Amino acid sequence: MDTFIQLSYLVATGFFISGLKKLGSPATARQGNQWAAFGMLIGIIVTLFNHEILSFEWIIAGMIVGSAIGVYIAKKVEMTGMPEMVALLNGLGGGASVLVAGGEYLRDPLMLSPDGLFTVGMSVFIGAVTFTGSIMAYGKLAGKLPGNPITFGGQKPLNGILAAVAIFASVYLVFDPENLWVIGGIAVLSFLLGVMFVLPIGGADMPVVISLLNSLSGVAASATGFVLNNSLLIVSGALVGASGFILTMIMCKAMNRSLANVLFGAFGADGGSAVAAVGDGSKTIREVKADDVAVMTAYASRVVIVPGYGLAVAQAQHVIREVAAFLEAKNVDVKYGIHPVAGRMPGHMNVLLAEANVPYPQLYDMDDINPEFESTDVVLVVGANDVVNPAARTNPASPIFGMPILDVDKAKAVVILKRSMNTGFAGIDNDLFYLPNAYMYFGDAKKSLQGLMGALKEL
Amino acid sequence: MDLISNLFIFTLACYVGFEVISKVPTTLHTPLMSGSNAISGITIIGALVLAGHSGGTLGSIIGFLGIVFAMINVVGGFMVTDRMLHMFKKKGE
Repeated sequence: MDTFIQLSYLVATGFFISGLKKLGSPATARQGNQWAAFGMLIGIIVTLFNHEILSFEWIIAGMIVGSAIGVYIAKKVEMTGMPEMVALLNGLGGGASVLVAGGEYLRDPLMLSPDGLFTVGMSVFIGAVTFTGSIMAYGKLAGKLPGNPITFGGQKPLNGILAAVAIFASVYLVFDPENLWVIGGIAVLSFLLGVMFVLPIGGADMPVVISLLNSLSGVAASATGFVLNNSLLIVSGALVGASGFILTMIMCKAMNRSLANVLFGAFGADGGSAVAAVGDGSKTIREVKADDVAVMTAYASRVVIVPGYGLAVAQAQHVIREVAAFLEAKNVDVKYGIHPVAGRMPGHMNVLLAEANVPYPQLYDMDDINPEFESTDVVLVVGANDVVNPAARTNPASPIFGMPILDVDKAKAVVILKRSMNTGFAGIDNDLFYLPNAYMYFGDAKKSLQGLMGALKEL
Repeated sequence: MDLISNLFIFTLACYVGFEVISKVPTTLHTPLMSGSNAISGITIIGALVLAGHSGGTLGSIIGFLGIVFAMINVVGGFMVTDRMLHMFKKKGE
């Protein structure tokens, strides 16, 4: 029976790997997700044949409760709320690792090998950090906790000490396996560390944090696999760990920051105000109204829409799609240029536009759309700011210098839809607004776009 | 010795993960994250053994909680990913 179970686990691993591979292309992604889910089903069913399982009451109860909650949140969550949901799921993954590793330890500490005891400690450590870190991230994303970085003196050394003590305690556990204070201490320190490490990270850096916690939730599952000597857990966890790590690095690159800088930099907490003050009043902006924008876009041959999170906040995804469809009917070539950090998690903006029925072939990544701006007549920037600031290319003194941006300033005309002249996440002024080819269209994104739509119809 | 062979498996799986995932387009980053998240709910198989083992009530309760946590992860993760991917359409579909 054990051989049968292990072979089935191997098959499940195959489904996970092929499923992830299929998730890499829009045409096969849905099937890929289903393959991965099927792999999970195999894993769960064959585990029920494990000879150690003697009663099913708790199992059935747990599966019913967990499935019901899972179905409920998966159906109910709004696409704008995906970052919160993923943060919460990351946390539950970490929590499950703590419970399984801790439960395995409590069954009989003396049955565990020295390796096993050490990996129990590490599993509790990584899982607990993921758990509370994710809950903090959830709180910040959901607006239940202040989104700005919270810093205090000695924060970095304190976090370092917490981590070092937890790892040291995991080693100590090998020599004192029956001491419940040790395992309990690891758990408490790690829960604390999870809170502490997300505290100083600002709202704008959440895409990096969610990706990193996603990676950690995988590593936590893997660590639990070490405890149980279960290859399926080790492999699956490593796959998730790798995937989350890749996304973390993509997000860091998109913001031109190192991971260390994101984690410890408390970006957006200071420095911004000094740069913003440079606006000396001599710079002028050109304001336009719906009619002007309608004329500009309707007679253009190519329009590129650059959406930012402000678009989602204003719930303007559907209106922008109507505008785009109207222009396309007039033989205007319409594309969407999407910056990697346009939403609050990797790829978030693409999901929001897909929900508004924008076909995905119209969505262009930064690297694909940038060469096209020179031959673009009008760019509509909706609710984006820092990611179109040319200072990132031209001003070495700017805090965002070096960050890859969408080169919208190279288009013949840029219309910026914005509520006011307020600064973006980075807290800095945007040179784009003062360029001779830039036009400001002030107002709430949804109302402005509805105005534009009305003006277009009257042309 | 278990630790070493497990480390081998872990390291190789990390490489597989990097190779398989590195070329995912931006459009799919959110579904990739929620889908891989569901996969990390595989911890459930450990929780199943804990909950079903008659080692005492405490173990069963911990296992029960583990199943609940992991099952939310699995069911919620795969379902929401499917919901998202269902929205990705080419023109006219």
